[in-house]
This record gives sequence, C-alpha cells and structure tokens, in this order.
Amino acid sequence: MFDAIGLQDFLIVALALFSLGVYCVLTRRNAIGILMGVELILNAANINYIAFSHYGSANYDGQLYSIFVIMLAAAEAAIGLAIVLGIYRRFSSIDVANMKTLHG
Amino acid sequence: MEEFSLSVAAFYFMAGLTLLGAGGVVFTENIVYSALSLMVSFFGVAGLYIFLNADFVAGVQVLVYVGGVLVLTLFAVMLTHQIAEIEVSNKSVGRVPALLICGGLFLVIAKALRGAEFFTTPGGQVSESSTYGIGNLLLREYILPFELASVVLLAVLVGAVVLSRKEVIAPDGTPVPERETIPLTEGQRVMSSPRAALAGAAAKQKVSDV
Repeated sequence: MFDAIGLQDFLIVALALFSLGVYCVLTRRNAIGILMGVELILNAANINYIAFSHYGSANYDGQLYSIFVIMLAAAEAAIGLAIVLGIYRRFSSIDVANMKTLHG
Repeated sequence: MEEFSLSVAAFYFMAGLTLLGAGGVVFTENIVYSALSLMVSFFGVAGLYIFLNADFVAGVQVLVYVGGVLVLTLFAVMLTHQIAEIEVSNKSVGRVPALLICGGLFLVIAKALRGAEFFTTPGGQVSESSTYGIGNLLLREYILPFELASVVLLAVLVGAVVLSRKEVIAPDGTPVPERETIPLTEGQRVMSSPRAALAGAAAKQKVSDV
C-alpha cells in the first residue's frame, strides 16, 4: 500500500520544512516570528524521527523521542513567550534589532 | 498512472498542507496571518504522522501544538500590539543572503539524501494502535526521562510565572524586588492600610468621647 511513498519523500518534506524554519529565524526581526521558525524546525525534526521509526525499526523509540521533543517545544514556547512579553513591557518593542542594552 | 493511489494523493495533500503553511509563516507580512498559517502547518504535520501509523503522536501534536503552543503564540501576538503596522510588526531583513543560505542547505542535503542508501525493514512496520506500546515504554524503560519531563514542566510553570509577574514600583518610580520593603514613615504606613486607618480613627473617636 505504501510502496509509492518511501522514506526519502518524508525526509525531503522535513528538509523543506527545516529550510523554511531556518529562513524564518534568519530573516524575521519580530521575536515571536523567530519563535515560530523554531517551532517549524522542531516539527521537521519530529517528522524525521517518526519516519525513521516507521521505516527503519519495528519499535516505538522514535515516536517516544518525538513526544519528548514536543514536550520541550511546549516548554520553550511558554518560557520564550514569557521572556518576549517581559521585553515588550520594558522596551515597548519586540523588534530584536532594538534589544542592544548589553551591546558594549 | 496506475501507481497514483489514494495513499499517494493523501501524502501529497498532507505534505502540501505542511509546506504551504510553513511558507505562509515565513513569507506573510502580517504576524497574525503567520500564526494562523502555523496552525495549517501543524495540522499537515499531524496528517503526516497519521500516514506513518503514529496515531498517538498525531493526537499529541494536535493537542499540544494547536491547542497549547499556538494559542500561547496568539496571546503573545495580541498582547504585544502594533500588529496592524506591517513595517513594525513583522519586518524581514536580509532576504537574499538568507535565501542563498537556506537554498544551498536544502540543495546540498537533498542531493545527499537522494544518493543515500537507507536500511529499511519492509515487513517491520507496526500496524496496530501505537498507544499501548508507547504507554508500556514510557512506564518501563523510559520511566526516568518521563519523570524528568514532569520536573522540567514544573520548572517551566514556575519560571513563566516569575518572568511574567508584575514588578512592584516604589514611590520614586524605580522597580524593586517584591521581597524588599519600601521604607515608609509612620503616617504613610497607617495611610496605606485601610484597616489600620479605620482602627486609628475609631481610637481617636473613643478618646474624643471620653
């Protein structure tokens, strides 16, 4: 049933998702936009985990790792957005180019 | 054309949904549209998980990402205003170098993937519901990471509360930590506490009555 779609097709999709995420992180100047790019990158990693778990081995280790990655992504989003809101309260801006208080 | 089965069509639909959503996140100018495109991308990824027989992870993806992370992101977008102003809200800079870097990365890795030989087991795919196996693994072999995850989530809970609480502002305008007491004169302290002020007034009343 799954003859036509192989492991490499999923890897290509994950690679495209990863590239878009890196592009988002590199070009965005909005801190929330950068966090969205990080979420895209983590999703690409999860697709790789589950694709290798499905095509490579008969156990659930890959799926379990992807669940841990999802947990850490949720933690990262919560802390990251709390930091962004704190920055917004202090500087009234979330443009990362304006955050140069530590710039020596 | 006989190879074009329903599963192939489903795969291309899910992959297209994922990549279209990601493209919306990356290229739209309004950050609210970016957040909503992120939801489309998350649903596409959940569909890919179902395609790979990972039904439990697909459910977790929808619950945690769409129900949690995305709502959190939308809250942050709404709380930091200026969302209507494109130049301020979602500016992109350095598009050309970033495009070169990411395009080069994509082409190099794709070429490597096309040339690679992966060891796959054609008969080894798990076909029943994955929840039973995942639950067994989580409570047997992966019990330590499972418990550590709960500690991490507790730390995140406390950290988010600490990061987003309001700071106490002293009368001269400088922010002070909550533990530090603000030095006050005796009169100010009575004024600041309504119960103490009432008690003082009542005592004065009694004195005047006598």
